Amino acid sequence: MKKISLTCVECPLGCDITVELDGERVVSVAGNTCPRGEKYAKAEVVCPKRVLTTTVRLENGKMLPVKTNQPIEKSLTFNAMQRVSKVTVASPIKIGDVIVKDLYEGIDLVACANSD
Amino acid sequence: MFDVAVIGGGVIGGLILRELSAYDIKICLLEKESDVAMGQSKANSGIVHAGFDAKPDSLKAKFNVLGNRLMPQITKELGVKYKNNGSLVLAFSQEEMKTLEELKSRGEENGVEGLEIISQEELIKKEPNVSKKAIGALYAPTGGIVCPYELTLASIGNAMDNGAELFTKFDVCEIKKDVDFIITAEDGRQITAKAVINCAGYGSQKIANFIGDFSFTVGGRKGEYILLDRQSGGFASHTLFCTPTKKGKGILVSPTVDGNILLGPTAEEVDFDDRTTTSNGLQSVISKANEMCQGVPHHTAITSFAGVRAYSDRHDFIIEESKVQKGFFNCAGIESPGLTSAPAIAKHVAGELIGKTLNLKKKENFNPIRKPDYFFSELSVEEKNEIIKKDPAYGRIICRCEQITEGEIIRALTENPRATDIDGVKRRTRAGMGRCQGGFCQPYVAEIIARVNGTDIETVTKNGKGSELLVGKTK
Amino acid sequence: MKNYDIVIIGGGPAGLAAAVSAYDNGVKSILILERDECLGGILNQCIHNGFGLTRFKESMTGPEYAYKFIEEVQKRGIEVSLNTTVLSLTKDKVVTAINSQEGVTLIKAKAVILAMGCRERSRGALNVAGARVAGIYSAGTAQKYVNVKGYLPGKDVVILGSGDIGLIMARRMTLEGAKVHAVCEIMPHSSGLKRNIVQCLNDFDIPLYLSHTITRIDGDKRVTGVEISAVDSDKKPIKGSEKYIKCDTVLFSVGLIPENELSKEAGIRLSPKTKGAEVYQNRETDVSGIFACGNVLQVHDLVDFVSEESELAGKSASEYVLNGEAEKNAINCIAGANLSYVLPQRIDKNAGGSVTLFFRTSGVFKNCKITVQDGQKTLLEIKKRVAVPGEMERVNLTEDKIKSIVGELTVGLEEGV
Repeated sequence: MKKISLTCVECPLGCDITVELDGERVVSVAGNTCPRGEKYAKAEVVCPKRVLTTTVRLENGKMLPVKTNQPIEKSLTFNAMQRVSKVTVASPIKIGDVIVKDLYEGIDLVACANSD
Repeated sequence: MFDVAVIGGGVIGGLILRELSAYDIKICLLEKESDVAMGQSKANSGIVHAGFDAKPDSLKAKFNVLGNRLMPQITKELGVKYKNNGSLVLAFSQEEMKTLEELKSRGEENGVEGLEIISQEELIKKEPNVSKKAIGALYAPTGGIVCPYELTLASIGNAMDNGAELFTKFDVCEIKKDVDFIITAEDGRQITAKAVINCAGYGSQKIANFIGDFSFTVGGRKGEYILLDRQSGGFASHTLFCTPTKKGKGILVSPTVDGNILLGPTAEEVDFDDRTTTSNGLQSVISKANEMCQGVPHHTAITSFAGVRAYSDRHDFIIEESKVQKGFFNCAGIESPGLTSAPAIAKHVAGELIGKTLNLKKKENFNPIRKPDYFFSELSVEEKNEIIKKDPAYGRIICRCEQITEGEIIRALTENPRATDIDGVKRRTRAGMGRCQGGFCQPYVAEIIARVNGTDIETVTKNGKGSELLVGKTK
Repeated sequence: MKNYDIVIIGGGPAGLAAAVSAYDNGVKSILILERDECLGGILNQCIHNGFGLTRFKESMTGPEYAYKFIEEVQKRGIEVSLNTTVLSLTKDKVVTAINSQEGVTLIKAKAVILAMGCRERSRGALNVAGARVAGIYSAGTAQKYVNVKGYLPGKDVVILGSGDIGLIMARRMTLEGAKVHAVCEIMPHSSGLKRNIVQCLNDFDIPLYLSHTITRIDGDKRVTGVEISAVDSDKKPIKGSEKYIKCDTVLFSVGLIPENELSKEAGIRLSPKTKGAEVYQNRETDVSGIFACGNVLQVHDLVDFVSEESELAGKSASEYVLNGEAEKNAINCIAGANLSYVLPQRIDKNAGGSVTLFFRTSGVFKNCKITVQDGQKTLLEIKKRVAVPGEMERVNLTEDKIKSIVGELTVGLEEGV
């Protein structure tokens, strides 16, 4: 049996959560105030994921904010940054446009703003 | 080939250059930094002293009183902010009151007008925030304030408009006398001149040594300052000094011409050009200011800085032709009241000293006025709109805190002497000098610098090579 | 002179929400003055996510959050003047503004909404000793360079202050290839949100030094290193605790100050605690017809609450325009034990409706109790497991309770209950 302490990041409350693990299996989750906390804690101890937010360069030299439309595995963060850094896009871009389709399987890089 | 080369782009060199530019001769200014007004002329108290401090018959006494009288006219011609706000020397004991009497009679001997010892009651009427422990003061109505780097920049700009040449990054490493002087810079550039004026401040000993003149040594005294936001500008209206004691002059509390309050300086002997602030130094400024005044609004501090004041072992100004080399003139050890004295020193050096060496003839087309002689933010709505109509850049505010427009920044980058970096723009326009200290405007100023110079923002520096703002593109 | 019913100073999240709300409450003559070249304010450079969780139940980036409101403003055809800086504001609600197209213009408003946001405290405000060289930035300036301009301000970074922007920039600089060596916080606790500590520092193994400060910055032309020291309970550096870190960049994230220079000029009374205007529950200042909302009023942790507050200010401004000035029956609302401030500072009993009180605690408290008292009489008690200065708290007072108040309202916090 292993106990892992973590801070929930689902909302600003930041609950201190304790997860009991038996191998890969979650035995109990305590300290959370809402179901989102439980879900977060379970995922966090097994395979932590984060939405990556960054920028890509537009052809006119300006920057366009982008994000992954779903959380990616935390361990892929720098790999993703490297891949995104090679991307240049042409205007016009609308907010929500897919910038890179299937950056990772089923996960796209999307625009967070209009390009103009 | 120049008639005169001035070494050192501080307020002394700057005003001498400007005086010389009125004559029909070829002149230049050699400055080792990437911009002028980079030494003690950019970091001092900015006080136009009345002239009661210096010992009678000293050069300090002579030039202080003369310089004080010249300041209103010269600042008007150059479009530099100057204010005759009067000064007060505070006394906290009967012994100090006695010292004030001595200062008063010394001042009168020096020719200072209107000196008056005032009572505690009168003092508090003039300055309500002064400590109640102050029992009286010496009031000097001729005391004033001026911005030292603005005066330097404007005088050099005016001289350049009248034909003077400026060489920046000209770090003198050798001076040889053949028929004329041959001055060599670190980077190999050479300039020849019939006469040389050494106004190199902290570096003036080194420069004199190049021609074999070892008649004086120069030391450095570091002064740390704290600047308060303009919202505290009403805290003091006169320049407030402590009574000088054996321990030294103490610090001052003074308004600046831009409406801030300045506290400082400390006085610490240094053996190199050390411009760093220290926590002890800043703490001592705070506690000394608290002894002089009550309720000092320290929480409105927007920046702190330090400058090194050069002084000579003669403890008076050195303004003379070198005994070793004819045609080589030293203006060294110009410590306080050097800024006040500068206009008078410049007239003396240009007229008396250079006049005896070279045949000087006044230029017919010399223009003593530096344009434009207004500050955009101080204009009326109609005047502003007139300017914006001609140049829309004046309608775009870049620095929010000081309300500085793009037009003013472009002007600083294109008029004499041209700014080339962030600090240069700041000293010329005040962009970045306000309460946010450039937090908002620096990226915009950097873009404008890059655009005007046709370069990339990556090459823009804070103050010359090695101080680039950015290390590269993100991707 | 131009005339508008409502002039809103600032087109960031506060100004946008106030404009939409004022419009929807019946006033159509509205002008938003924005100094930047686009709407959205500081959200445009906040490309990280976590915005909108409370309001939209989803995690959005700053530009996405801003866009929701920009769209609403555009849909309503609300007039916007971009690249326009307000030079001054008077008590009679005359706004002087400047831009390149029209020059300096005077605008008379029936009501004014202050939505200028805040600025970062600079290094100078802290008197941090050392060299004045390149490589010293406020976190927000670095954010602008990285996210909007696309440039990296440095490669080896030390951050002073654990404010949210500093934490966000620790991650952002790391992602862009810089090495963040340390985040120093002079307080014994972080001033940023917990999720930012986890996701911005812990995720990247960036050390957080609590009760530490930078005691010296070294460098000739550019920063070459900093000396950091532990501090005692009076925040004074402890001799002997110095540690040297080589770096080329120092970021300051040491607090935000509401940008109230215009408000001061207009003679609006400011709170020494919040550094924003003192307001009634409808966000009206002590100058009739001038309202304030968002970070210019109180520095918020979450933009969601900025929007909420600004909608209230927008509604109140429209009521003021449509119904005229209302006679008030004001009581004071005071921050009691262990609170640094309470907002609103005054409650108008005539206004009707319930009132939400916002406040921050002056320290970290566990198992504590928030009390709202009318003189000696307790109106409300709320137990809290934890309360920290970094997170704004709120309590709601019902209309009945407001009506019952006879004296002054005091909000306080009791420890150990």
